[in-house]
Amino acid sequence: MTFARRHVLTAYALLAFGYLMLPIAVVIAFSFNDPLGRFNFTWQGFTLQHWENPFGPPGLRDAIVASLQIAALASLVATILGTLVALALVRYGFRGRGLTNLLIFMPMTTPEIVMGASLLALFLNVGVATGFWTIFIAHVMFDISFVVVTVKARLAGFDRHLEEAAMDLGANPFTTFARVTLPLIAPGVAAGALLAFALSVDDFVITLFNAGSTITFPLYVWGAARVGVPPQVNVIGTMIFLVAAGLMLASVLVQTRRPKGTS
Amino acid sequence: MGWLHRHRGLVPYLLLAPGLAWLALFFVVPTYYLANTSLQTGSLDAGYAFTWAWDNYADAISTYHEQFVRSLQYAGIATVAAFLVSYPLAYFIAFRGGRWKGVLLLLIIAPFFVTYLIRTLAWQTILSDSGFVVNALQTVGLLGDGDRLLATSTAVIAGITYNFLPFMALPLYVSLEQIDGRLIEAAEDLYASKVKAFLRVTLPLSLPGVFAGTLLTFIPAAGDFINAELLGTPRQSMIGNVIQSKFLVLTDYGQAAALSFTLMAAILVLIAIYTKVLGTERMGV
Repeated sequence: MTFARRHVLTAYALLAFGYLMLPIAVVIAFSFNDPLGRFNFTWQGFTLQHWENPFGPPGLRDAIVASLQIAALASLVATILGTLVALALVRYGFRGRGLTNLLIFMPMTTPEIVMGASLLALFLNVGVATGFWTIFIAHVMFDISFVVVTVKARLAGFDRHLEEAAMDLGANPFTTFARVTLPLIAPGVAAGALLAFALSVDDFVITLFNAGSTITFPLYVWGAARVGVPPQVNVIGTMIFLVAAGLMLASVLVQTRRPKGTS
Repeated sequence: MGWLHRHRGLVPYLLLAPGLAWLALFFVVPTYYLANTSLQTGSLDAGYAFTWAWDNYADAISTYHEQFVRSLQYAGIATVAAFLVSYPLAYFIAFRGGRWKGVLLLLIIAPFFVTYLIRTLAWQTILSDSGFVVNALQTVGLLGDGDRLLATSTAVIAGITYNFLPFMALPLYVSLEQIDGRLIEAAEDLYASKVKAFLRVTLPLSLPGVFAGTLLTFIPAAGDFINAELLGTPRQSMIGNVIQSKFLVLTDYGQAAALSFTLMAAILVLIAIYTKVLGTERMGV
């Protein structure tokens, strides 16, 4: 009985993982497809031509550049702001902690469409033209919460005595921060920055509302979906997948190798 | 330096200030403008003015109640489906994953590494009329010759389920992982059957994860419009589709804002009821 149960669950898990991987496999496979018309829906034949010329379709390169620029800027600013908030939350007692937590928590649980619409309402009423910088503002806004949560998790196991030791040895608060605190929390900060970058590159809904005439990579895909998505989009999608999955796999494997208790 | 030392109590507020100011300016203040806009009338040519236009709400709801109900329905069904798919999977990783837990969890979030729109377009390919899923279902007779999967409610709900599944699976895993295996053994030692031990020990202990997972899945699902747009037809359109086109295509800002506000309110009410029914204050995340 136990034996059968064990295998039913394993078989089920395999099936479920297959289901999760199926669209990813399709994205990768169709980056090698040689479609007949404009629509890349049915398998026609193998070709490497899209990989040789990934930025072929007009506008695709600009969209990717815009996405990367916005993601780099937004994740940089959000990482700084978010790390400071996380430091305050973990290290200090202060009035207004509940309100702060609520303010951090809310953006993660509000439907994106409501956030996108609200920001657009703000920009419309104040008379700010939407474009590159309004996308940047929006991305920093939704990135902050995720950075705070990520850095906070890392700070929780932080030994304050190390900082006190530095201060006792005559280091001023800024030297202490730069030489002791920052190196210790760096992995958490890096994880937060990567997460913010990834969220920013992937964001579609909030961007759509606040983009004006700026086109990011997801907006390009959205526009192309109506007239036929070029296979190069699959190539870019595959590249993004490989980079993100590679980074995550590396970090997971490093943690798996390490014996428990020394994270 | 001396100043900071004398006003130590200020340090946390100085650290908080820039981040919270950003959230206040670009998350809280916009909510006021959304409310304000929802009571405005006007057009792109004539300009918009605040007129206490409560009619925006009445008109929006009477015209689009169908899309509203459909959004909540689709989101509800997708949430239940995501729960049914992820619970055994999370259970498997938590109790059978061993040292591969990290890698298996990675497989669960792998879909997030493919851009949202691209993975939804992949479902378009998979479910398309000439795709292998339709062919297989037609061969075994589950689908008639002229029947399709794409452009149906099923496709839209399936797409939503897939896209938000990691939001369900991860909190479930976290709460299952924390369960002390000895509790389950104890139940079995006391002659509870496997099923009973699961229902009386494992399931109740994983409720915080169920709670967090359903909320994290339902909330974005109810506001989604991408799946309905790419996998459905106007007959499957959800409230997100209406809000999106009113804001960005028709520039009917008053009604668009009214609809957004109503969606937000509907979700908050449902969460409040749900929290009360499940009787837990713990969010699990």
